[in-house]
Amino acid sequence: MSAQLQVDAPAAASREQGAPAAFVRIEHVTKKFGEFAAVDDVSLDIQQGEIFCLLGGSGSGKTTLLRMLAGFETPTTGKIYIDGQDMSTIPPYERRINMMFQSYALFPHMTVEKNVAFGLEQEKLGKSEIRTRVADILEIVKMSSFTARKPHQLSGGQRQRVALARALVKRPKLLLLDEPLAALDRKLREHTQFELINIQKRLGVTFIVVTHDQEEAMTLSTRMGVMNHGKIAQVGTPAAIYESPATKFVADFIGSVNMFEGRVMVPGTGRIESDELGCTVVVDRKLNCAGGSTVWTAVRPEKINMSRSLEDASGPRENLVRGTVKEIAYMGDVSIYLVQIDSGKTVRVTLPNIMRDAEHRITRDETVYLSWHGSSPVVLTE
Amino acid sequence: MTSRGVFSRTALVFGLVFLYVPILSMIVFSFNNSRLVTVWDAAHSPTLKWYGELLSNGQIVGAAWLSIRIALVSATGAVILGTLTGVALARFGPFRGRTLLSGMTTAPIVMPEVITGLSLLLMFVALEQFIGWPKGSGALTITLSHITFCMAYVTVVVQSRLVGFDESLEEAAMDLGARPATVFFRVTLPLIVPAILSGWLLAFTLSWDDLVITQFVAGPGSSTLPMVIFSKVRLGVSPDVNALATIMVLLVTIGIVTSAVWMRYQNRRRERDEQLAAAANL
Amino acid sequence: MGKFDNRAGRRLVAGIPLFWLLLFFLIPFIIVLKISFSEVRLAMPPYAPLLQWVQGWPSPKLHLGNYGFLFTDPLYISSYLYSLKVAAVSTLCCLLIGYPMAYAISHASPTWRTVLLMMIVLPFWTSFLLRVYAWIGLLKNNGVINNILMYFGIIHEPLSMLQSDFAVYIGIVYSYLPFMILPLYANLEKHDNTLLEAAADLGATPMTGFFRITLPQSIAGIIAGSLLVFIPAVGEYVVPSLLGRTDQLMIGRVLSDEFFENRDWPVASAVAILILLALVIPIMLFQHFQRRELEAQE
Repeated sequence: MSAQLQVDAPAAASREQGAPAAFVRIEHVTKKFGEFAAVDDVSLDIQQGEIFCLLGGSGSGKTTLLRMLAGFETPTTGKIYIDGQDMSTIPPYERRINMMFQSYALFPHMTVEKNVAFGLEQEKLGKSEIRTRVADILEIVKMSSFTARKPHQLSGGQRQRVALARALVKRPKLLLLDEPLAALDRKLREHTQFELINIQKRLGVTFIVVTHDQEEAMTLSTRMGVMNHGKIAQVGTPAAIYESPATKFVADFIGSVNMFEGRVMVPGTGRIESDELGCTVVVDRKLNCAGGSTVWTAVRPEKINMSRSLEDASGPRENLVRGTVKEIAYMGDVSIYLVQIDSGKTVRVTLPNIMRDAEHRITRDETVYLSWHGSSPVVLTE
Repeated sequence: MTSRGVFSRTALVFGLVFLYVPILSMIVFSFNNSRLVTVWDAAHSPTLKWYGELLSNGQIVGAAWLSIRIALVSATGAVILGTLTGVALARFGPFRGRTLLSGMTTAPIVMPEVITGLSLLLMFVALEQFIGWPKGSGALTITLSHITFCMAYVTVVVQSRLVGFDESLEEAAMDLGARPATVFFRVTLPLIVPAILSGWLLAFTLSWDDLVITQFVAGPGSSTLPMVIFSKVRLGVSPDVNALATIMVLLVTIGIVTSAVWMRYQNRRRERDEQLAAAANL
Repeated sequence: MGKFDNRAGRRLVAGIPLFWLLLFFLIPFIIVLKISFSEVRLAMPPYAPLLQWVQGWPSPKLHLGNYGFLFTDPLYISSYLYSLKVAAVSTLCCLLIGYPMAYAISHASPTWRTVLLMMIVLPFWTSFLLRVYAWIGLLKNNGVINNILMYFGIIHEPLSMLQSDFAVYIGIVYSYLPFMILPLYANLEKHDNTLLEAAADLGATPMTGFFRITLPQSIAGIIAGSLLVFIPAVGEYVVPSLLGRTDQLMIGRVLSDEFFENRDWPVASAVAILILLALVIPIMLFQHFQRRELEAQE
């Protein structure tokens, strides 16, 4: 992308230009509770077969948006179309959508088999067909030997799989998942992430996932939308959002970032004067904005090179500052260094621990030089 | 133990003694041969003769039977109406008449019974004048009155159970295609059965035991057990009443202890299942 | 159950109990109000007809004599005040006894807690009438208490305890104690005990911890329990009939006597209305707290 300052205009979130008609179309949807807008003029298109993640902190509006898709809330203004059909008058029990709840919401008084069969019974299918379909889906989620158990006799991971089976057995066009991995412990979470992706590919269902966990969103999604205060901040693939955040909020929300204020003195160049850094930042593109305007340079910690000597520095000569290592956090695979540069500001640098032995690694209170390539920073105006 | 711990525990012990001494004294003296009840006739006691007198007393037995029949119908009626009300108040959000319904279900709980009783009788009289029904007072008017004041208690029990209920279960059912009525009967109702049951028992006890309201709305010829007891004890102590009290305490104790043991058993089984599942992992 | 319930279904579910209560709870009060303004008649029913037809138009005939009678006859005024006093004192006693009990139960171990609650609730499930009766046996002149005291030589003449204020207080406190303990317990059980630990860590004595942390948080329970005792106690009939004074009646007894003995339905109705007026605010307070309690659980 060669767009300079704003990758996507965040306020008018995203509509794919010239893409095929979207499977899920959310048009200017607002949801107010009293005076408070939980969802504020959100427009979004989601394609069939995607795994789309809504990522945001608590209060960002992501769960409210999901519940509107499911039919448990109605939009105050705006419309939601699913497969071309306007959902305004359609109650949850008539939508070809199913939801996997954060608490799983398994019926405690029914066995696994009856839980999964419940949705099919509402469709008034024949007993033998129900039995077959239930057996098939339980096979897919690997819960076939638990049919007679009740939910309280299952572990957390098992309950999650039953909840998934119950939602998928109706072959919905769209599956909504509310924080699907939140209740699982770390190892189980990683394993389940890949299982979910496999199942989705196998069945071809469109997934919309709501989560507050960046890692989850980055792993699962084909595309994701970052939400903040009821609005969509940015929509894109995980890579696009990570490498080209559109706003300071997104840059800061996903992963870690170093943010420096600066001014573009001469328009049309790639030079930014930054007092916070105490140097001139050189980027490898031309910045089209008025002279003297304030911009923010965002550089991710892993893209900064840290060296003991000037000779080992990388990138343009201008992208260089000197500093002292104040703190080190050893994480095993990488180490995080907090470096106080001459201007007084602290820069976060991540380096892989290439050397096993501690001798060669940079230690506390050492003087170091930080440098980066012209392609590394993202320049933002908001 | 802290000073407040000591103080409160002492109070608890005294309080329990205070609660149980009268009951125990009633029980003890039911075996006393003396008609004076509280003067122990050591020569001829303990005896079961008052129990015999009690059970062969046609008036008392008949009244008890009437009370049971009325209580059965009243409890069932109260549970139906109380559950409807509880559902409406817990699930329907604001609707026209909600404040009125809510108010009319909490007021009977505290309203002095003389007022409720008076108003119900005047209502029945006016109704009879107006449309010719109900004809006179009797078991019907008693039952209608009991249903009215018992349903308030059932409503409170059901409503608080529903309010604490995990709504995501009902949402999941709807999400899976169930219409609201199906959701209620297949998901909500099975899970609030204990509350409904305890509401029924509560209503039964309140109806069976009621005196004041019943006195107002009962006619000649329908005497419930509390009415018979009351007219007896106004004149003083009576040993067959002690025997009756003992029987009642026995029944209630058996009932409470059984249900507590049953619930404990259920909980233990459940805990064991959950532990097994967690241990199996994944 | 969601916003898409069909209108007809909802109307039925809410409508049936609404209709029932209107018919059997609200309208009766209106009738009582009406009859309180009517004149007593030697007829069946013993009051003047509800509506008079004057030149083709219904015109209610208001007879204020019943109220006038109540306000001027000292018997009624003293009964009111006496009832309010008895109810208030009984409520206070219930609170003083019930609060420590509820406190102790809420701090007991889970197994004990179940047992203790069962023990508190068991008397409640046995007959109210019989439990009041039990006190007759204890308090009367040759009753258990007097017999024991005389046996041990503590007294030589039996204490006259029945038919007194004392007996009424005991009777009411005894019968209504579970109604005070249960809401208090429900409130206290929800308290976070780590707050008390934090207070102790900061140097507070256990008593300070109680008065400055536990007590303020339990106000809602205190009010709920107190209303649950006070309001019905004002109109209490059984306890004063069996244990109470014959020279000073409580208002519930007065109402009943007017109705059954004097067959003066209008005056009985007026008495009822005046009791209601005194209790309207407490009843509304109670409803307010009930609602708040349920909303807090959501």
